[in-house]
Amino acid sequence: MACKKEHVPFSGTPQQEAALKKVIAELKDTKGALMPIMQQAQEIYGYLPIEVQTMISDETGIPLEKIYGVSTFYSQFALQPKGKYQISVCLGTACYVKGSGAIFSKLEELLGITNGECTPDGRFSLDSCRCVGACGLAPVMMINDEVYGRLTPDDIPGILAKYQ
Amino acid sequence: MYRSHVLVCGGTGCTSSGSQQIMETLKAEIEKQGLTEEVSVVQTGCHGLCALGPIMIIYPDATFYSMVKVEDIPEIVAEHLLKGRVVTRLLYNETVTPAGNVKALIDTDFYKKQHRIALRNCGIINPEVIEEYIGTGGYEALGKVLTEMTPDDVIQCLLDSGLRGRGGGGFPTGLKWKLAKQNDADQKYVCCNADEGDPGAFMDRSVLEGDPHAVLEAMAIAGYAIGASQGYIYVRAEYPIAVQRLKIAIEQAREMELLGNNIFGSDFSFDIDLRLGAGAFVCGEETALMTSIEGNRGEPRPRPPFPAQKGLFGKPTILNNVETYANIPQIILHGPEWFASMGTEKSKGTKVFALGGKIHNTGLVEIPMGTTLREVIEEIGGGIPGGKKFKAAQTGGPSGGCIPAEHFDIPIDYDNLIAIGSMMGSGGLIVMDEDDCMVDIAKFFLEFTVEESCGKCTPCRVGTKRMLEILTKITKGQATMEDLDKLEELCYYIKENSLCGLGQTAPNPVLSTLRYFRDEYEAHIKEKRCPAGVCKALLSYRIDPDKCRGCTLCARNCPNNAISGTVRNPHVIDQDKCIKCGACMEKCKFGAIYKK
Repeated sequence: MACKKEHVPFSGTPQQEAALKKVIAELKDTKGALMPIMQQAQEIYGYLPIEVQTMISDETGIPLEKIYGVSTFYSQFALQPKGKYQISVCLGTACYVKGSGAIFSKLEELLGITNGECTPDGRFSLDSCRCVGACGLAPVMMINDEVYGRLTPDDIPGILAKYQ
Repeated sequence: MYRSHVLVCGGTGCTSSGSQQIMETLKAEIEKQGLTEEVSVVQTGCHGLCALGPIMIIYPDATFYSMVKVEDIPEIVAEHLLKGRVVTRLLYNETVTPAGNVKALIDTDFYKKQHRIALRNCGIINPEVIEEYIGTGGYEALGKVLTEMTPDDVIQCLLDSGLRGRGGGGFPTGLKWKLAKQNDADQKYVCCNADEGDPGAFMDRSVLEGDPHAVLEAMAIAGYAIGASQGYIYVRAEYPIAVQRLKIAIEQAREMELLGNNIFGSDFSFDIDLRLGAGAFVCGEETALMTSIEGNRGEPRPRPPFPAQKGLFGKPTILNNVETYANIPQIILHGPEWFASMGTEKSKGTKVFALGGKIHNTGLVEIPMGTTLREVIEEIGGGIPGGKKFKAAQTGGPSGGCIPAEHFDIPIDYDNLIAIGSMMGSGGLIVMDEDDCMVDIAKFFLEFTVEESCGKCTPCRVGTKRMLEILTKITKGQATMEDLDKLEELCYYIKENSLCGLGQTAPNPVLSTLRYFRDEYEAHIKEKRCPAGVCKALLSYRIDPDKCRGCTLCARNCPNNAISGTVRNPHVIDQDKCIKCGACMEKCKFGAIYKK
């Protein structure tokens, strides 16, 4: 799942590092702490580059390969940065039978990127997701925390324009 | 004292339709009209009728307004709340009789056949206020258990009730608890599976958002019954509102000492922590879920040992899903006979279904086991929109199957659904009409399984991939009848040899569509034709020369310049250039373009 921006150099700040260390210190001794730590780390940095995983490993003593294994297993953990506006289109069953496939294709066409990628200017990233549980509004997509329901492909250009 | 309560749905469906702005505007407008002392605004959980959101109910008269917009608020406040006149145009049309009178919500088609146990508080109480839960009898069951019942009594009560796991498998809950109680250990765990991964099912989310304390109470009861002092709720991170309400609920329960040490002055102590999932379907499988809570890749492990012997952190553990827990306080309070009086011989009580797809009333319904598919789809669901013909109902998500019209009158319960090649699953019920291609649907589910297979065992990792390849060939018109045989053989092989439930049930969508819609598969293979007109590779767009007026609209909208013709003369589509996007058909005003 390559980001169209080839390699994005890591640019963590000392504040972010301090925040991460605080989280680790708080959670370190609870059972099964790795996932909660990684989830909070992703909240702090926006994604989980290898530099952040190394920091977690150094602080907790958990081997890096285990952390890498966990981060690649779960779809929520991103190893590449996401766009400023993260678009996720629901491809769950209820949305699919109501035509979310066509919504997804329209976004691919308009943004010039496909599943898991982000636009070269870093503005939009596109992902498919499985059911946000708003099946009554199918088909549904989300842009960051904003939910758009009962969509048709013709609605898409207008919605994207709001974020340009 | 307030003279009126306005309930605004704050479930995910209505929030997505803008119920938060409605709440804010409503509060501001009430203040502006000087009614703050008289009218209270309450945010509730889901009412079930998500298709009509945002939903607002005004008590004491229970007026049900649907699809409310921010612009409607001043009118509702001025007319209804100030002058006491109902705003008729915003009423849910089913609550208005032909004579123009308003009837109660429970008498509408959507609600009258429902029986709400797991959802009983959803949409009625404010889930962020523990007193409202206590006010409806909340935590009474826990009190009863701790003061009047032994752990064995509790387990016997569940056994007698006939409650079976609502997460899909249908294992008797009481038996699960009994096995975990029998194993002695210094520490045991109670887990709640709130990793509702089946696409199209959202009842667990609604319970967590609308009535989180019911789950906490039931988990504490479970802790008492099996001898555990710690619980974990594993909840999807995709459900931010549910996570937030659970956090609030746990905090409030601790403050009231309904969680923590020496609950109700007894020597029983129990606490609950949240763990967030990170988007892996396989973590809905019990052993994978526990592996994930332990902080690992969520891969399942072989059973035995079963979780009741060696579960989370190697200790005896029980795992139930949200809806199962939500039933338990009611069973304790009303007795096992009450619960067992509902349902069929082997499936007791009620089940929540998430109605979705091609149906009028999309949303959540809770019905007694044994209700027929016909009642659910035609009466409660209001039938299929657009005069289209019913083709199949899909239950059980990626592990289930498609039920055709011939089984419309079968009473829905665990065993009947399995007998007809589907399964209960967590309760997603997606309705499909004549425009849905069954091969495409099977392929859709296989894409899901291939993506979500954890990769630990070969039959699932490699087998599902091969199945998807064959299905793709079929939808492209490149398959032979031998491929179909191979597909079927693979299905049985994967079913028998996979490690966990995900792999064992992955072939079900294919097997059930092969069983009931084999003719559609054969049409794709032998005639290179998709009867429903879905599979793009097998479609061609044509222009009917008798209907075409030569307006040139289609030619101007074709992204690939595949349409040629002169003004006022019939146009033609060049099949080699056509990319089958359907833009021409959408634009044609004369219905001259058709798919073949």
